[in-house]
Amino acid sequence: MTPILQLKGITKQFPGVLANDHIDLTLNKGEILALLGENGAGKTTLMNILYGLYQPDEGEILIEGKQLIVDSPTDAIKAGIGMVHQHFMLIPVFTVTENVMLGDETIKYGDFLDRQRAADRIIEISETYNLAVDPNDYIRDLPVGVQQRVEIIKLLFREAEILIFDEPTAVLTPQEADELFSIMRSLAEQGKSIIFITHKLREVLAIADRIMVIRRGAMVGETTPEEADKNSLAAMMVGRAVDLEVDKTDKEPGELILSIKDLVVADKFQNIVVDNVSLDVHAGEIVGVAGVQGNGQTEFVEAVTGLRKSAEGTITLLGEDVTKATPRQITEMGSAHVPEDRQIDGLVLPFPVAENLVLCTYYKEPFSKGVILQYKTILNHAEQLIEDFDIRTPSPLTPVSSLSGGNQQKVIIARELSRPIQLLVASQPTRGLDVGSIEYIHKRIVQKRDEGSAVLLISPELDEIMELSDRIVVMYRGKIIANLPNKGVTKEQVGLLMAGVTPEEALSEDQAKITEPAN
Amino acid sequence: MGIIELLISLLIFLVFVRTVAPDVVTTFVMTPGGIDIGTIGDWILPSRLTLIILGVLCLLISIFQLIKGFGRGTNGMVGLCALLLIFGFLTWQASDRSLNLAGMLTSAVLLAVPITLGAFSGLISERAGVINIAIEGMMLMASMVGALIGSITQNAWVGLLGAIGAAVLLALIHAVLSIKYKINQVISGTVINIFSAGMTAFISQKFLQTNQALNRPPLFPRVPIPGLAHIPVVGPILFNTNMFVYLMFAFLIILQVALFSTRWGLRHRAVGEHPKAADTLGINVIRTRYTAVLLSGIVAGVAGAFFTLGSVGRFDEGITAGKGFIGLAAMIFGNWNPIGSLGAGLLFGFADAIGSKLSLLGSKIPAQFMAMAPYLITMIVLAGFIGRGQAPAADGEPYDKE
Repeated sequence: MTPILQLKGITKQFPGVLANDHIDLTLNKGEILALLGENGAGKTTLMNILYGLYQPDEGEILIEGKQLIVDSPTDAIKAGIGMVHQHFMLIPVFTVTENVMLGDETIKYGDFLDRQRAADRIIEISETYNLAVDPNDYIRDLPVGVQQRVEIIKLLFREAEILIFDEPTAVLTPQEADELFSIMRSLAEQGKSIIFITHKLREVLAIADRIMVIRRGAMVGETTPEEADKNSLAAMMVGRAVDLEVDKTDKEPGELILSIKDLVVADKFQNIVVDNVSLDVHAGEIVGVAGVQGNGQTEFVEAVTGLRKSAEGTITLLGEDVTKATPRQITEMGSAHVPEDRQIDGLVLPFPVAENLVLCTYYKEPFSKGVILQYKTILNHAEQLIEDFDIRTPSPLTPVSSLSGGNQQKVIIARELSRPIQLLVASQPTRGLDVGSIEYIHKRIVQKRDEGSAVLLISPELDEIMELSDRIVVMYRGKIIANLPNKGVTKEQVGLLMAGVTPEEALSEDQAKITEPAN
Repeated sequence: MGIIELLISLLIFLVFVRTVAPDVVTTFVMTPGGIDIGTIGDWILPSRLTLIILGVLCLLISIFQLIKGFGRGTNGMVGLCALLLIFGFLTWQASDRSLNLAGMLTSAVLLAVPITLGAFSGLISERAGVINIAIEGMMLMASMVGALIGSITQNAWVGLLGAIGAAVLLALIHAVLSIKYKINQVISGTVINIFSAGMTAFISQKFLQTNQALNRPPLFPRVPIPGLAHIPVVGPILFNTNMFVYLMFAFLIILQVALFSTRWGLRHRAVGEHPKAADTLGINVIRTRYTAVLLSGIVAGVAGAFFTLGSVGRFDEGITAGKGFIGLAAMIFGNWNPIGSLGAGLLFGFADAIGSKLSLLGSKIPAQFMAMAPYLITMIVLAGFIGRGQAPAADGEPYDKE
């Protein structure tokens, strides 16, 4: 049988990067092919070429053996290729129907929209493939999981045969992800062919029929879930053996470092987004805050680090009330912050690496004398940290914007962890990083904890929370709904809590007992 | 908002009702001058009783809103209160005198034309994601070119075409600068405004002033619509008037239907909300945006032509007097919707008309304050309602294909 899709020798050169280097790929009808690779390996570029968003420099695309020229998404859609983008391509103020029909509208009397007929087709599709949606809902009112279903319906509405899913689980809870997998499975059973792009090993093993691994723009191997395991896949992705497990010894928590009482924080629209949160973090323990993004974690962290005013409650750091303290006061008391968005809040992108490394200390001796910066000292300091933290940069004077994501994050880690600190607030410290960098940053965080710092770790990545934390708290709609030691609790249970299931339902009786009272 | 409504009713009670003598009447003349069909007799109202009724209505609305909460109808309710306030204000000012209310409404509608058309022009462009603050400049240039070409050819239609052509040319510049070269759209618009102000002043001083024959365009005549023009009150105000008023209503219907019920409109709005999504579905973002800005230019051209070919009959420097900007305020107040924009445009036009009428009436309020009224309303509206509205999400963002 001819494969439904073949890519032959696809090459794409961007200024300075060979994003795709003679990539060959085949996809058979009714199969789920996982495309695994680190961020920046070239997966998304390859799919954008297939979808007509980029033109390849070399190579050809064959659909059912016939060559296809894809100059624009229109050509791809016509050839039956559809893509669920990592960031949804939905218009919040439009209804489901309007979003689905956009670009392929059902019309009557010339140019008038026939919303009813489109809605009927959507209902038909949603029944055939078990994708429950209401065509008249506005997208802005729908949870992400349902929005994703709308994206899938959009493709089926156009009668796509080849469905590309680009990192589809990034925005989902573990339960929503499982639901997505069963949808993908049923689509494949009904004859659709699926390409599934991801860097998460667990998902690849759970769903794929076949796995292709891409590294630095080149296809480095092909395998199946039966033959592979997490370690072998990680090694293929990174190009060397990777230690996926974090070595961590049990440690008795020490004195109280950070104490938060009844904290209430509002967002810029004056909505309460952190609702009466109380939390203690002790020396030598990692407290992991789990939760789907957008449940108040961002504002919580900003309040703790002094970046945002809290409406009510107190924050005590090392016995001192810092509720109204400025970020600099908090920093000088020995608190370090790895912010959620490294490019916006963590670094000054056009500044050189060396200057970014002294952003918290530049105004003090020895980096400045009076009002004059001491560049010699700053450069020596930078060279030292570049070596200690293995930051890959051509020189300390390179603008930090030209570093890779992983190395940018290392700059922040180096700046924050090289100071004597008592508290580390790390918000999504490994977001968007490759397996190798993740491994490194995890080791550093555990090392700080072993040295006796208190660590508050905020992450929507459940794996990260489970691996690093000594204690897990789950944040849901601004409240902490569970606070339990990381012993004997399973990933599924925490996943349920993240989705808002009460601790009584999610946990066994014994576990619920040791859970500190949710507030 | 409920508080504002409450304050309005208090204002009516405490200021208007108290200062009106008990037995005086207010006379409203209900037929504009120079019209002989659809006339009716004058309204003669007891001032105090009318004011009390208006105050009570306002109070009821505010209580209703404070109890029921503020939903989608909030803007409408506030607008209604404002209308009651204005009517009360007129009754108060004209107590013991007579006021040509119909004449005032007629001029309000005419004054609303450039504002509303400006708002339409803005929303066509912004619904596709291009901010167009160059409307003022386009209108100014269009009114000058309209006068010039109208005078030369002695044909108002050719003048109108010339006006549209001039505005479209400026729109094209704006489109190229902001879509192709991705220049900040506000800057690009400002540049066009400054250019138009300077250019029209120059041509006006150099040619139109020195040779008056170049500044005597024919006016579009008043065209009564058969039948409709005979309806009392409404007829003379809406159906026995200038072609531009009819054009304004035609644009309203076309825009409302086209934006929300056609394929063209869906794609147009999609480009303004999420151009990337539109692009991935095979919609040509760049072309849609060019079309939008050029259409916006056509409407701005009509708006500009109104000054010289529909109203004044000659071009003077700065004749548009900021109406393009007020049009943008009307667009925002009208929540980027044609109907809302018309409502806001009428409100602003009305404020304008009150100002000029009352200064004729010999009001106790200085004429200068009345002249400020439309701008005060603009400021209050912008301060009170901005942010409440739903601007197109990608408004002002250049589209980069990466």
